[in-house]
Amino acid sequence: MALVTSNNYTNSALRTGDVDTYPERKVGEFIGTVVSNASVNDEYKHVVLKVHPQALKAYAGQMFHLLCPSPDGAEVWMRRPMSVYRVDRTNGQIEFLYKIEGRGTRGMALLEPGDDFNVAGPLGHGFTLDPSWKNIAVLGRGVGLATLAPLSQLAAENKVGVTAILSARNPGVVMSKKLFDELGARTMVVLDSDNSSAVENVEKILGDLIARRQADAFFTCGSNRLLKLMQRLGKKHAIPGQVAMEQIMVCGFGACYVCMRTFEVDGQKVLRRVCRDGPVFNMQEAVGW
Amino acid sequence: MVDLSVKIGDITLQNPIQPASGAFSWEYNDVIDLNRLGALVAKTICREPRLGNPTPRMAETEAGIIQSIGLPGKGIEYFVDHIVPEYAKFKPPLVVSVNSETIEDFAALAEELSVPDVDVIEANISCPTRNQTGGNFAMHEDYTRDCITAIRAKTKKPLWVKLSPNAGDIVSIARAAEAAGADCLVIANTFLSLKIRTDNFRPALGNKFGGLVSPALKPIVLRMVYQVAKQVKIPIIGVGGVTKAEDVVEYMLAGASAVGIGYAGFRNPTALVQIIDDLEAWCDERGIKKVTELIGAVKDADMESDPLVAASVGV
Repeated sequence: MALVTSNNYTNSALRTGDVDTYPERKVGEFIGTVVSNASVNDEYKHVVLKVHPQALKAYAGQMFHLLCPSPDGAEVWMRRPMSVYRVDRTNGQIEFLYKIEGRGTRGMALLEPGDDFNVAGPLGHGFTLDPSWKNIAVLGRGVGLATLAPLSQLAAENKVGVTAILSARNPGVVMSKKLFDELGARTMVVLDSDNSSAVENVEKILGDLIARRQADAFFTCGSNRLLKLMQRLGKKHAIPGQVAMEQIMVCGFGACYVCMRTFEVDGQKVLRRVCRDGPVFNMQEAVGW
Repeated sequence: MVDLSVKIGDITLQNPIQPASGAFSWEYNDVIDLNRLGALVAKTICREPRLGNPTPRMAETEAGIIQSIGLPGKGIEYFVDHIVPEYAKFKPPLVVSVNSETIEDFAALAEELSVPDVDVIEANISCPTRNQTGGNFAMHEDYTRDCITAIRAKTKKPLWVKLSPNAGDIVSIARAAEAAGADCLVIANTFLSLKIRTDNFRPALGNKFGGLVSPALKPIVLRMVYQVAKQVKIPIIGVGGVTKAEDVVEYMLAGASAVGIGYAGFRNPTALVQIIDDLEAWCDERGIKKVTELIGAVKDADMESDPLVAASVGV
């Protein structure tokens, strides 16, 4: 707590109205103001932050590194990387949808409107859309859907049609459906509770999309099972794909080499940094989520 | 306004703030102006391309993080051809950290790295997860002397030596490094540590052991800097737990000429620049004209040793 609250320690972070003395920066350290931090269901919350305009450069798939408040009085030593859920340039806000899981997100859950929240970013390479794509298929599960949700914003801006298949344990924890729906995506929900989330069924849904030429590209996040399925179908039907990865992360800039994942490129296994080389990667090169 | 410049041998640093090796790369230019730093310190380079250690490479503990990266890199050729030019775009001197498992190769690497755009060779003889006859020579006085003697013979660049806090008697090792020709001592590397998860009984790091990185190191490393400074004539760079300008002041009072910063830059990516600004303000408020006035200025010569007298004069 002491480090977070020390003025000397964080006063170079930019507040909303501050003049940026280093405008060349690609990444900033910002102190955002919490606008709201509401529960979505028993497990998830949605935080909205008012931030400096430099932070609004973020786009779908990019992350911020969050300096989470302590949930228990003891230090939270490292920032937590989290992909941006929505960038609201009109209102100067960024949003995160998060599952309350570990100490960082438990601390985040305590934020109240008006609180300061220190975020660094935007980090990494996000999703990209090829101009030749007319329709994309998005498949995600659990908190991975929060990462995929801003794709609908990007696709809508580029007039690309989206079919989003949202996988979840039960109807109560289906995330991001509203955001996908609002931006014109066609959404389908598959659940563990009625077995519709089984790989065979999801394969059938994707097969239909491919047959109807509604899947010029694949996007996924949040499940190894679903990644493997999309890799297999993508390879068979020559459909390009992108996957957003996560890993324990320290610096966020590519300096420390903590957040490594294995990829296979031209038959060779290589390690890449999720923070800087990703977090969005070529789906066919990913070895595991 | 205070003059923040310090001299490390023949090298002048515009201020005493530099990143610690391993915690930094030119890619930090995305978030801070690297031209403001005292020096740029590259990640430790080895001869061969290395993948590094198995993940997870970092775990949080009650008092900081432990990490074990394993010196990943693309090898010396790639480093000289592609990484050195990235650093050469910036003004502060470039310090290149190097490590090898054999003394002969260590010296050869130092020679090959002595190219025009490299300003300083930092011999990382203290990688905590290597053994004392294979890369972690700073665990032992004799290995330190042999290694630094061999490197000194192969390079005319300023030679900084990074010592280990895991050695029993760091003062003897510091003296051995100085006698063998070191121009500066970097004190210290990380503390060898272990975390075991109680949910699955497994070590938290893929490499089992890691180095502790934390503000908690500061009082321990400060003590080492103080002890070594009394026994050597060459400059010292203090590395361990610096998170604010007052920590820099403390290290300098103990005898350091500059500090290296790791963790604080992870916690707050703009911290290094902030600490420079804060140090300047701290000195200006006190009318300190040159930051070098602080080096070794701890007031301990007249400390009262009689507890009855000490307890009667307050603090």
